[in-house]
Amino acid sequence: MKAILKRYRVFIITAVALGVFALINHQIGLKAINISIYQFEQMLLVIPPVFVLLGLLDVWVPRETMIKYMGEGSGLKGIVLSILLGSAAAGPLYGAFPVAAVFMKKGVKFSNILIFIGAWSTTKIPMFLFEMAALGAKFAFTRLLVDIPGIIIIAYILSKLISKQEIQKIYENAENIANRM
Amino acid sequence: MEGIDLDTYILYGVTVLFLVISFFKDKKKTKMSLKKAWKAFENILPQFLVVILLVGVLLAVLNTEVISRIIGSGSGWLGVMLAAVVGAITLIPGFVAFPMAAMLLQGGAGYMQIGAFISTLMMVGVVTMPVEIKYFGKKLTILRNVLAFIFSFVVAYVIGLVVG
Repeated sequence: MKAILKRYRVFIITAVALGVFALINHQIGLKAINISIYQFEQMLLVIPPVFVLLGLLDVWVPRETMIKYMGEGSGLKGIVLSILLGSAAAGPLYGAFPVAAVFMKKGVKFSNILIFIGAWSTTKIPMFLFEMAALGAKFAFTRLLVDIPGIIIIAYILSKLISKQEIQKIYENAENIANRM
Repeated sequence: MEGIDLDTYILYGVTVLFLVISFFKDKKKTKMSLKKAWKAFENILPQFLVVILLVGVLLAVLNTEVISRIIGSGSGWLGVMLAAVVGAITLIPGFVAFPMAAMLLQGGAGYMQIGAFISTLMMVGVVTMPVEIKYFGKKLTILRNVLAFIFSFVVAYVIGLVVG
């Protein structure tokens, strides 16, 4: 109980603060609460399958397979697979982080992790169709064509900026998180 | 507002399919997968909840009217900059953001500004940073968001060139 309270401390404080704010400013406060509830419902709709797939991936797919397809030396195959996996995803970006943690545990190359995160953030296929409908094919295609090289370039710059030791620490941390699952 | 879109249905379909296959192959492993799924979810739930409250407050303050005033027509690079900042700190689901962007365009916002807004909205997440830091550490999180922010200006520029 005490442990739960401690973990949810920040949330409880924020929720109470928002409640007090709603008492002072009804209009914005209540609107904020309504939007929060709506976002929470959205999360409950979209997030569960992502985590179930993540659990299945962790249990069923051996580390060797992941290394072969997305690990060191996976080359272009690994890059393409990272983009496709990220693009096929649904849900907000924060859903990608736990998946990335399992990928790291399974030995996926650091730059491929970053490409996966980039693709999840911005080249999602279902969203692309939505973007085309709302903003036009020219807008959507231009953005996609700039984004794909952009994601790869950002991934490589990031892997150059972060030292080997730091990468190792990130992998250890991710493995800890994934193993606590 | 309709919450469930096509990709959610597909995602559920694929997940159920894999679960059924897994169940028939090995019940014990399936149970283990579900247990892991729940633990992974519960592990970041506290941060998720905080992010959700912050998003609620942000969206309550920054409504469409405020946003369109900031990135209205003729706002130039300053407008692009502001659009990028607004996109970076807000977290709006795509199926809301795209129609909203279309509306803003009709209301006189420029393509370059909208390009920057959409780009940072998707790639930069200031409110989700606590979650990202938990997985990737402070340095990588900050660097990734900064690079994505800068990259959004390239996206805005090209979109302004091609579409605008």
